[in-house]
Amino acid sequence: MNDPTPASPKTSCGSGCSCASAPNDEGNSTRRSVIKGLGATLGVAAYAKALAPLTELTKETSMDEFLQKHYKELSKEEIATVIARLTRETKEKYGADVTISDPKPQEGVKFGYALNLSICNGCRKCAEACHLENNHDRASHQSYIRVFEMSKGSMDFEKGNVHYDHPVPQPDKYYMPVQCQQCEHPPCVDVCPVEATWKENDGIVVVDYNWCIGCRYCEAACPYHARRFNWQKPQIPAAEVNPDQGYLSNRIRPQGVMEKCTFCLHRTRNGRLPACLEACPTGARVFGDLNDPNSEVRYVLENKRVFVLKEELGLKPQFFYFFDE
Amino acid sequence: MSDPAVSPSKPVPEWRQYLRFAWNAFSQSVEGGWKFYVWMTLLTAIFLVGANAWALQVRDGMAVTAMSDHVSWGLYIANFTFLVGLAAGGVMMVIPAYLYHDEKMHDIVIIGELLAIAAIIMSIMFVVCDLGRPDRFWHMMPGLGKFNFPVSMLTWDVIVLNGYLLINVHICGYLLYKRFRSQPPVAKMYVPAVFLSIVWAISIHTVTAFLYCGLGGRPFWNTALLAPRFLASAFVSGPAFIIVAIQIIRWQTGRMFGEGAIRTLVAIIRITILISLLMVASEVFVEFYTGGSHTGAAKYLYFGLHGHNELVPWIWTALAFTITAVILFMQPKVNRRPLILNTACLLAFVGLWIEKGMGMIIPAFVPSTLHEIVEYRPSLTEWKITAGIWALGFMIYTLLLKVTINIHSRKLKDTSGVRTVAPDDALAMGDGSGFV
Repeated sequence: MNDPTPASPKTSCGSGCSCASAPNDEGNSTRRSVIKGLGATLGVAAYAKALAPLTELTKETSMDEFLQKHYKELSKEEIATVIARLTRETKEKYGADVTISDPKPQEGVKFGYALNLSICNGCRKCAEACHLENNHDRASHQSYIRVFEMSKGSMDFEKGNVHYDHPVPQPDKYYMPVQCQQCEHPPCVDVCPVEATWKENDGIVVVDYNWCIGCRYCEAACPYHARRFNWQKPQIPAAEVNPDQGYLSNRIRPQGVMEKCTFCLHRTRNGRLPACLEACPTGARVFGDLNDPNSEVRYVLENKRVFVLKEELGLKPQFFYFFDE
Repeated sequence: MSDPAVSPSKPVPEWRQYLRFAWNAFSQSVEGGWKFYVWMTLLTAIFLVGANAWALQVRDGMAVTAMSDHVSWGLYIANFTFLVGLAAGGVMMVIPAYLYHDEKMHDIVIIGELLAIAAIIMSIMFVVCDLGRPDRFWHMMPGLGKFNFPVSMLTWDVIVLNGYLLINVHICGYLLYKRFRSQPPVAKMYVPAVFLSIVWAISIHTVTAFLYCGLGGRPFWNTALLAPRFLASAFVSGPAFIIVAIQIIRWQTGRMFGEGAIRTLVAIIRITILISLLMVASEVFVEFYTGGSHTGAAKYLYFGLHGHNELVPWIWTALAFTITAVILFMQPKVNRRPLILNTACLLAFVGLWIEKGMGMIIPAFVPSTLHEIVEYRPSLTEWKITAGIWALGFMIYTLLLKVTINIHSRKLKDTSGVRTVAPDDALAMGDGSGFV
């Protein structure tokens, strides 16, 4: 469309079509060919140069990782191979010796979490414990828990403040930690185009960090701001890496994938409590098996004034808030 | 590419003929005068800047963008949304041509279909650039990976976008091929695809709206008006682009054509731009009259919230552009004065690019689902990649138009093999030869 002289002779493309060059055009055509060849060479070089940073990625991503299947399709042997590779890579990249396990949900167990708003004092020890337990990037102070300082008399987050910086608790405030609510109907799972996230039998929503494509649709879908993206490769000094790692939970995540709170499944599936609960100095956090009628969390649900966040969305969170008095 | 096996006495299989056509078309599309080379070199340079920025983004992580866990989609998804609309907008040539038998439109409908091809390729590239792990792209391929169909709306979008691309490639490829071979096109080979493309064009933008409006946690998107609003604005931006494209082709080929088509497109825009504005007004009314904390996003967008007003200049620019475009389009002299017409088209195009991009995607994240306010201003990397993809889109559209013009002006035609000699008038039917 930008050819100002549509009738001018053209170089032959050798196909025998009517665009073939005129017979007396040989010299001209050779010169043009040389110039075009030069242009093409320069072009290819420019493309190669522009895309060169991609080649450095081959160091980061091995062929085994590239071809790795979805978690649910890996056999026992395959998962062992993958874990061996991840352990080796963690040693290479972070200089840390770690043990990665793959604990499965316990039969008949369904985890639930309850949080006592009457005694939470907003100290944010839970958020800090999460940061350390789950091998979060140090520089960004990442954590799966955000603690809101709320005004008494309002449950509106618009009046809440997450960046408070003063002694706690303040007399006219109450404190509301928010983390993944492990919805019964998780919208993040529905929207994932590649089934990289799903709800396990014990109610925990997990992510296959080696399958996620990083489209962040789940992050847009979550109403609780529970999901986090690895905007860059997490940085943790070797001495600070938590070596007790779970494949679906706190192992160091790769760059460019989603992650989220897993109720510390590497601990809780082995009979321990979540790190955030252990760190809480007030005893505001209650964790247990919703299917066990004698569990503490069941006692709370049956005897306290309990509510869930954004109940109107119908997602049925398995994370409950309650008041004592 | 000359093939000794090709001889008049021996019938050559159709697929080989088609490949030969494709090769001829490609090799001639990169031939041209100095203006053409300057234009293409400029676009290539911009594209390379974008490609380099993308390569660095893949290597260093999405931290090089200005996106965050609070505003997790930005300029890329904004452009993606707009471009799906641009692709769907091409159908506003197809509907008059095939449903209302508008002969003048029929002759040049391929300009819209080629635009759909370029716009879909661009929109797919914007999604790929938004992925944190483009190396895992194969996880999304049905059969190879895991395709969460039909639950995830994103899988629907993958299907409709690729489907729309294929349909349009088939229609354009077939009609050009037949003309290249000097054969009249066979209706049953492409007319069903044309009608399918009309339905499909509506579907691509509807599904893209469903991506957003189905999320209960984002009140700003969670409105049933989103899909109709997307369609109305697409039927402004598509025709506006085509009106300008027709004039540029006229200027470059030195041939007058398409005056009737432009009038039809202006008539369409006069309606669709008003519907589009009406829907914006309707949304604004509901947001502000109802009030409450769900209005946070709209407040942030139009007036700023608690001293944060990053998007305010964007949206008022968009509104000013769109309203000025409305006023210009309503002037009777818009049909006589190219300057007014083109200004109106440009203002409408840019206005809607903002409204459907930055003005539609970002406010859904500000304030966040827990009412935190984290603002977003695209980083240089994001602008580079965006410019690169637009440059590539213009390159693709330029080459496609060039091939089309060469084939229709009979500069590029099949001169080997068995030839069906058909008079040029016969070829003119239904294959968009009107502009050469």
